[in-house]
Amino acid sequence: MPDLRDLYQDVILEHSKAPRNYHELKTANHKAEGYNPLCGDRFTIYLDLQDDSIHDIGFQGSGCAISKASASMMTQIVKGKSRAEVETLFDRFHKLVTGQSANGNQYQLGKLTVFSGVSEFPVRVKCATLAWHTLRAAFEGKEEVVSTENT
Amino acid sequence: MTTVAKRSPELPGSYLRAAGHRFDVRKVRGDFPILRQQVRGRPLVYLDNAATSQKPQVVIDAISRYYERDNANIHRGIHFLSEHATEEYEAARRSMQAFLNAQDTTEIIFVRGATEAINLVAQTYGRTHVGAGDEVLITAMEHHSNIVPWQILCEEKGASLKVAPFNDSGELLLDEFAKLLGPRTKIVAVAHVSNALGTVNPVRRIIELAHQQNIPVLVDGAQAVPHFHVDVQALDCDFYAFSGHKVYGPTGIGVLYGKSALLDAMPPYQAGGDMISSVTFEKTIYNRLPYKFEAGTPHIAGAVGLGAAVTYMNGLGMEDIAAHEHDLLAYATEALSAIPDIRLIGTAKEKAAVLSFTLDDIHPHDIGTILDQEGIAIRTGHHCAQPVMQRFGIAATARASFALYNTREEIDALVEGIRKVRKVFA
Repeated sequence: MPDLRDLYQDVILEHSKAPRNYHELKTANHKAEGYNPLCGDRFTIYLDLQDDSIHDIGFQGSGCAISKASASMMTQIVKGKSRAEVETLFDRFHKLVTGQSANGNQYQLGKLTVFSGVSEFPVRVKCATLAWHTLRAAFEGKEEVVSTENT
Repeated sequence: MTTVAKRSPELPGSYLRAAGHRFDVRKVRGDFPILRQQVRGRPLVYLDNAATSQKPQVVIDAISRYYERDNANIHRGIHFLSEHATEEYEAARRSMQAFLNAQDTTEIIFVRGATEAINLVAQTYGRTHVGAGDEVLITAMEHHSNIVPWQILCEEKGASLKVAPFNDSGELLLDEFAKLLGPRTKIVAVAHVSNALGTVNPVRRIIELAHQQNIPVLVDGAQAVPHFHVDVQALDCDFYAFSGHKVYGPTGIGVLYGKSALLDAMPPYQAGGDMISSVTFEKTIYNRLPYKFEAGTPHIAGAVGLGAAVTYMNGLGMEDIAAHEHDLLAYATEALSAIPDIRLIGTAKEKAAVLSFTLDDIHPHDIGTILDQEGIAIRTGHHCAQPVMQRFGIAATARASFALYNTREEIDALVEGIRKVRKVFA
């Protein structure tokens, strides 16, 4: 049986209560809105992209502890990274939360490995990946709201 | 009028037994095989009844027996089984007539569920009576299934959708509703009971007000029929819709009641077999009621199962069911209110056994996951009523909804579970 503590690790709870980079970004030149119609989670990601790399990032919105903590920790890890690097990270993170991750693939994820418990709760995978889908949309400069149901 | 659960002073613990009540919830639980199981190592506490109810053995048996013994297509075969299946299907229709106290069996249309019933009325009555500049009036507490069909109709016809507001308790503002009724209003569609708030709307009064201006009223009864006796003649509603799976019957079957004069004048909804009287390439004559609205082979086994479900509820007694659920609602309302930082969403004086709540700033999704680990099934989210969430300025709620087989002990388990949620997020 999955353990709740695997899902709600202290780091996750802490980030959900005090999310980092939780603000609109005045210097943003890209932004996107992500929405999970199943639970109503909704986040906006603001990007200040310089030469295809994330110079600064902020987010705002509402959601469950998993989605908010995921967004918060994502903003920390992607700062300074290029689009290609972010894609690689997202791919590894996605494998992590869906339980397809071999240990060797986790090294770049750093603190994000606290989300490995999500794989025991399949209905919560969309919560953990909402911010990442939104970030990808922000890179692409998509105008429409990106939904977890179209991905 | 209907018997509804009111918030009332605490009932004595042994209320049901002391009163010599016939309703024995232990015995009732034995009728539902699914409730015997453990979920995640705990006894299942099923409190998601507003989404769908569990099925008693008699319903499961009726469906099996139908397929084992009676299965054939209806209304056309001349052989023994076809005659038998037809009789079973029509017997189910008579049960529905009695259940709603409709005047005639021809006023009972079998559909897939309340959603299809509402779409049927919007696409037939609506399309012939609503034109450019006209209005359709609903309330702000409707389920999406009683919003979107009317939106589609209004868009197509250039009509507008009017929405009657409710107060902070979740009670419809009747004065505001009355003000929105006018010469342009072509139909009113209201929930009997709100799925997100539990509010029991004053539908009798709503219908009176609308009828004073000759406006027909559709009542979405999906959340009402499981909880108390509904009498369509006493209400004088023009249409009444409900889903079988919320009243202990199977999924994929439901009922549209309509006054025969209205149904008679309406064009068909879907076309095909069974809904015709004669067909040539020049002209088709439609079948009489109710078959005009039942194109194609219907969900015969579903109707048979729903018939068994209604017989089961009648056997327990709708008044006893209502009294039991009233007790659960009063008990749960008091128990949950005592939890710090809980906010009940929907505190109308007249309520059915639905408790929506938020807990501090803990997201309902997280509440749902933690309760699930305790074997407790509740619903979290917007409950297909996003405008209700917007009215309260929240994204979602957690919702516990009770049925005739729930117990006070299960509510105790819910309260204990919520305390655990608070502990995780402390």
